[in-house]
Amino acid sequence: MAVPRFWREVSSRYNLIGTKCGSCGTVDFPPRVVCPKCGRRSVGRMQKLKLAGKGTVVSFTIIHDAPEAFELMKPYVLAIVELDEGARVTSQIIDVENEQVKIGMRVESAFRKLGSEGEAGVIHYGYKFRPEM
Amino acid sequence: MREVAVIGVGETQFGELWDKSFRDLGIEAGLRAVQDAGITTENIDAVYVGNMSAGRLIDQEHVSALVADYSGLSDMHLPTTRVEGGGACGALAILQGWAAVASGLHEIVVVGAAEKMTDVGEVKAMEILTATADQEWESVFGATIPGLFAMMARRHMYEYATTREQIASVAVKNHRHGALNPNAQFQKEITLESVLKAPRVAEPLGLFDAAPLSDGAAALVLCPLEKARRFQDTPVRILGSGQASDTVALHDRRDLTTMDATVVAGKRAFHAAQKTPADIQLAEVHDNFTITEIMAIEDLRFVKKGQGGPATEEGQTTLGSRIAVNTSGGLKARGMPVGATGVAQAVEIVRQLRGEGGKRQVQNAEIGLTHTLGGTGATAVVHLFGRVN
Amino acid sequence: MAGIVSYGAYVPRFRIQPKEIGRVWGVDGEAMGKNLNIRAKSVPGPDEDVITISVEAARAAMKRVPGVSPSDIGAIYVGSESHPYAVKPTATIVAEAIEAGPVMTAADFEFACKAGTAAMQTCMGLTVANMAKYGMAIGSDTSQGAPGDALEYSASAGGAAFLIGNVGVAASINHTVSYTTDTPDFWRREGQAYPSHGGRFTGEPAYFKHVANCAQLLFKRANSGPQDYQYAVFHQPNGKFPLRVGKMLGFDEKQMDTGLLVREIGNTYSGAIMVGLCAIFDVAKPGDRIFAVGYGSGAGSDAFDITVTEEMDALHKAKVRTMRSMVEDFKVIDYSTYAKYRGKIKMREG
Repeated sequence: MAVPRFWREVSSRYNLIGTKCGSCGTVDFPPRVVCPKCGRRSVGRMQKLKLAGKGTVVSFTIIHDAPEAFELMKPYVLAIVELDEGARVTSQIIDVENEQVKIGMRVESAFRKLGSEGEAGVIHYGYKFRPEM
Repeated sequence: MREVAVIGVGETQFGELWDKSFRDLGIEAGLRAVQDAGITTENIDAVYVGNMSAGRLIDQEHVSALVADYSGLSDMHLPTTRVEGGGACGALAILQGWAAVASGLHEIVVVGAAEKMTDVGEVKAMEILTATADQEWESVFGATIPGLFAMMARRHMYEYATTREQIASVAVKNHRHGALNPNAQFQKEITLESVLKAPRVAEPLGLFDAAPLSDGAAALVLCPLEKARRFQDTPVRILGSGQASDTVALHDRRDLTTMDATVVAGKRAFHAAQKTPADIQLAEVHDNFTITEIMAIEDLRFVKKGQGGPATEEGQTTLGSRIAVNTSGGLKARGMPVGATGVAQAVEIVRQLRGEGGKRQVQNAEIGLTHTLGGTGATAVVHLFGRVN
Repeated sequence: MAGIVSYGAYVPRFRIQPKEIGRVWGVDGEAMGKNLNIRAKSVPGPDEDVITISVEAARAAMKRVPGVSPSDIGAIYVGSESHPYAVKPTATIVAEAIEAGPVMTAADFEFACKAGTAAMQTCMGLTVANMAKYGMAIGSDTSQGAPGDALEYSASAGGAAFLIGNVGVAASINHTVSYTTDTPDFWRREGQAYPSHGGRFTGEPAYFKHVANCAQLLFKRANSGPQDYQYAVFHQPNGKFPLRVGKMLGFDEKQMDTGLLVREIGNTYSGAIMVGLCAIFDVAKPGDRIFAVGYGSGAGSDAFDITVTEEMDALHKAKVRTMRSMVEDFKVIDYSTYAKYRGKIKMREG
């Protein structure tokens, strides 16, 4: 992946920085320039917001057929997590047996390696989720 | 706006076509459609080509000009346009072609779509397909297209008590239909047991819940309805179309078990055609995965939300019952050259409406529907076709 | 004098046991384990490395002190012998991940197992000199032992982060002394996957000489004896050396027990005495005094005389996992999974 393309998203991927609409209060992740609910009204009024990283599993799957980049992780759990602030994210669930993941489970964010551009390339880090402490 | 008719259809075999290049496929489907329409190349005013990802699959962009060129049309200097929208590009190309003819911009238009998926190897092809999801916020985190549809399946099972068996019955039905289709990639029936026991891909979906990544192409010839009878004894009319978009990332959708883009595209198409779901006898819906068909028949309002599983299991969508879904075998059995699917679906509907369905002919076929998706539902296109009596 | 304002640690969940390692290499692994006084060692998952471990430890430390603003961290130093990059510091990624910087300095350190404690001393210097309000010192490793080598039974993964400062100190560092010589007991050449070592040479002329001499220096500087301390923690390449040197210096097992994590998680290298200190901080009471002597091959020892203050109680209130809970939350894996996770299997090129 092109170096600047990943670097640009680092604050969101490392620290769950999203936005809150200054017009209606809806929280989006990743940050948005235009609120999907308010449209033009919201332009210039979107405030950066750090999300706490706590949420609930909305749905999940156990992936067996993985792309090459995720070969060492398979089979792994991919899930959609609804964060307490309202925004939803897609990522992996770790630190738990795959079979124990359930819809409704509480999770918290962890900092993990997402991949890299081969053995010589830049390493990409970001959020994954583990059972809430 | 003028009424538009389909006067010619053509398609290639779908499958792993090692001997055929992307160009070969495009030309073959196009020529068949042109021959079926009984027109000469001089009659063609414009070409629309649906293709999802030639740039990454065969390192080739600008495929609209390329296909026209290799079809012998370069001296005519026709307007050629490539249309892309994830897996919906074929259906989008039909819509563009329809708009061109309906508006009077062009008279006779060839709409084709082709995809060559097998040159890069399966793993790479899957990665390329994943580019129709949200790369930055889904794919980078380990999402795959099967994984995203599997999460929809799991949520559907959670909310509506849809069972694994009900979901799998889609594959069984579509293989039964595909066995009657000489152009289908898979012409063998499969058992429910084999679907349930197939290698796991992304739970709860397994290998037999997924359409294959295939090579293939299909094409239509469109012209104004008022001229159609010069070329065809049995022209088929495009009654109405609807197109809609939605969020790209699955996690941003309003409801994981409903494709709002399908709902809206369907409503728009029915409204344009002044028809209702009850008027449909047959439909080709996007079954890239078994669960997708279950959601589609609900979202197109053939059955109530949450009832897609039982309805399929009970045979309500099989050939011979109240609505025949995916008589071609669907993407599952007929094959899925991703960008070409929308046009291939239209080819099946047109043939059925003409009475050319052979062993899989739907009785009393008057109005047929095609439903095509892009990505995990960020784009949906619905076309309604009707027999011209 | 400066001290530890906050602390945080992280140990990966996977464990492999000596019996399993021995099984693959055709030796009595259980006996090896008994010999080393190690029951299991921690193994990082395929999506973990020194950077992720350092971030988790640093975040835990920051979580304990919500009143400290990350922008007041003037320096971050990460010591490791398994940094993911040979060039590009772990410290800058940690900084980004705890929202510190950009007005700060950073660097990565190497001195085998004492790189983390060297970072602590550097942070102390900066804060005492008022060049930084806080400094963060991290010791973190995902060390490897060559397949079939004795080190394979002990080289493990883990890390700890200490926020060093003058204000709000929870563990005051009363004295720190070091003892450093050129001793080639254990080394790794650039580009080599695994370290080499001098076998029995790593004992008396290396570990024991430096730890004992440094400890004596600290007793002298602090004008103290073993009886003055509630806790003692020594570098722990295995579960035998620290007990032996501790006893030589006059400490008893009770003083050393809390910090002796090597028996359950192996040798976390740069994190070694630092994770031991974290285990002690989790249970220590104000007034408790701690004697800590690290060791890094090559070779040197850094020693610390620490007194826990009243501020430590506040740090315990944060919803952060204790060292004990991390040590006890584990999943045992077999050698093939371990080899896969540690990159010991040659995957296809490109």
